[in-house]
Amino acid sequence: MLRLEKRPNPSKTWAYMAPALAVFATMIGGGIMFAALGKDPFEAIRTIFYDPLFSEFAWYYRPQLLVKGAPLILIAIGLSMGFRAGIWNIGAEGQYIIGAICGAGVALAVYPAQSAFIFPTMIFFGALGGFVWAIIPAILKTRFGTNEILVSLMLVYVAEQLLASMSLGLLKNPEGFGFPGSRNLQQYASAHNAELWTGTGIHMGVMFAFIAVIFAYVLLARHQMGFHIRLTGESPKAAKFAGVNPKRLVVYCLGFSGALAGLAGMFEVSGPSGQISIDFNVGYGFTAIIVAFLGRLHPIGILLAGLLMALTYIGGEIAQSSLGLPSAAIQAFQGMLLFFLLALDMLTNFKIRFTSVGSPA
Amino acid sequence: MDLSAISPTLLVASLMVAATPILLAAIGELVVEKSGVLNLGVEGMMIIGAIAGFSAAVSTGSPIIGFICAALGGAALSLVFALLTQFFLSNQVATGLALTLFGLGLSALMGQSYIGIKPPSSVKLDLPVISDIPILGPILFSHDITVYVALALVTGVWWFLKYTRGGLILRAVGESHDAAHALGYKVVKVRILAIMFGGACAGLGGASLSLVRVPQWTEGMTAGAGWIALAIVVFASWKPARALLGAYLFGGVAVLQLNLQAAGISVSVEYLSMSPYVMTIVVLVIMSANRSRSALNAPAALGRVFHASR
Repeated sequence: MLRLEKRPNPSKTWAYMAPALAVFATMIGGGIMFAALGKDPFEAIRTIFYDPLFSEFAWYYRPQLLVKGAPLILIAIGLSMGFRAGIWNIGAEGQYIIGAICGAGVALAVYPAQSAFIFPTMIFFGALGGFVWAIIPAILKTRFGTNEILVSLMLVYVAEQLLASMSLGLLKNPEGFGFPGSRNLQQYASAHNAELWTGTGIHMGVMFAFIAVIFAYVLLARHQMGFHIRLTGESPKAAKFAGVNPKRLVVYCLGFSGALAGLAGMFEVSGPSGQISIDFNVGYGFTAIIVAFLGRLHPIGILLAGLLMALTYIGGEIAQSSLGLPSAAIQAFQGMLLFFLLALDMLTNFKIRFTSVGSPA
Repeated sequence: MDLSAISPTLLVASLMVAATPILLAAIGELVVEKSGVLNLGVEGMMIIGAIAGFSAAVSTGSPIIGFICAALGGAALSLVFALLTQFFLSNQVATGLALTLFGLGLSALMGQSYIGIKPPSSVKLDLPVISDIPILGPILFSHDITVYVALALVTGVWWFLKYTRGGLILRAVGESHDAAHALGYKVVKVRILAIMFGGACAGLGGASLSLVRVPQWTEGMTAGAGWIALAIVVFASWKPARALLGAYLFGGVAVLQLNLQAAGISVSVEYLSMSPYVMTIVVLVIMSANRSRSALNAPAALGRVFHASR
């Protein structure tokens, strides 16, 4: 008989092993799924995990890793703070959209003026937009005790409608021949979030993602706020006695994650994407949830997980064109990864004991 | 704008059809939560049900088989959730989210070859004479069969929770799993059954969306209906009859905004489409502001992990 026994302390070894093992298990599970779709599983897995890094076209794909990884890391860092304290911001996708609308809105309002102040102002308003969108569930939770999961999620759908309205109305390109979507910010020098070094993929958002990782690391390890977050997650009762103000924590965690998601949206709209359009958001806000868990809610872990997830996005795109693997397959693949991770996570907190049937338990 | 074009009778009749998917999903989730489990994967199970039902109905030509497959599909996906939360003791919030993300991906994968196909039309109630009664006929006696199935399920769940021994055990497990375990009830078994019931209901809800309400398959077609179902459970303070009220209220808003769009109201379409979601938030706030009432009714062990140490 198998029996679970709670460990007195979470296992350090398994804390590192579980994510690695989960990735491996997902490769097997994903391989089976690809085989069921009639594709060669080995080739599909190689295309997703190996080709973007080491194939002959890797020079093109490697910078993409940072371009796709940056928003994921930026959002996941913010989410991980709340997740640690049991505050669930599920609506990062919405905050990402609003950040993009606000940031692009600033640029389009002053178009075609050229000034060095425009881009910093866009950054500020992008963060502010995401912050405001996330502070709505925070205030409703602290004032009325409303469930932040449901409210933040509902606001994603509201934001999506707002995005549609903006790209068809207020922010529509007046010279766009009636097509939906705003002006392309890539052609507007003062607002363009360009690559800092050509060919590296590093734009301002990538820098911000790295800064966020360092900031979160210091906050959690050295600052009282980080201590309060960890304490609330590990023992809410102890946190209460230690004088943690749970309401303030809700506002901080949601506000912080919202601002980071807003920033991610702003950098995306002014850089890689270029314009506000109906299908601007591609689900980074939801994938970031997987990234946060895969990184074990730890800043360094999230950095690695974000890059890995970016790899599956890029590999998925390659597999789409070379193997004809449907784009949805990679989404299911990512969901599968989270399943395996959650299942294997048990091993950090529990020991499996083999007991003979009939022995006293 | 021409408001006279909106007929109240048709409005009520279409409201009932519009509310059915969320009602089905909500009544399933209500049972799950009553057993002390919070499954945030309703959206994922719904969309899997939507495509499973759609593909089965298209390939067999029978909507009934479609509905059965939808329920099976939803239950199968919920079994993954049950396995992870009950045996691997994973965090219920995270697992539910994973279920939704996975379900959305998998459904898009399964549904690729079904885009743009028309499903066989479902069975409609058509009684001679009675269905032709003005006003009452269209409102009560000429709906699709799923509308009545949903109503029957609500009644059944209400009766089960209130008057049966099984319902009592389910509620005991949801209030205090330790006490129920000490009494000798199989906490894990009860919860798995509840989770599967919830999955089947969500699957049915999804199918009623893809086979009756829309009826078509598009990627991500649930568009938050599963999350609204979760909100309705909170709104209902875990009471089946109030879930019915909640679902019809939301159905009403959804149908009204569609009618207003059709009538050419001067508010743009996007803002009207927001209204069901904004409405959900407003209702949630109102319900949670009255803390004493909703807190009293929430199952005490909701979302807590059960691990029998002996």
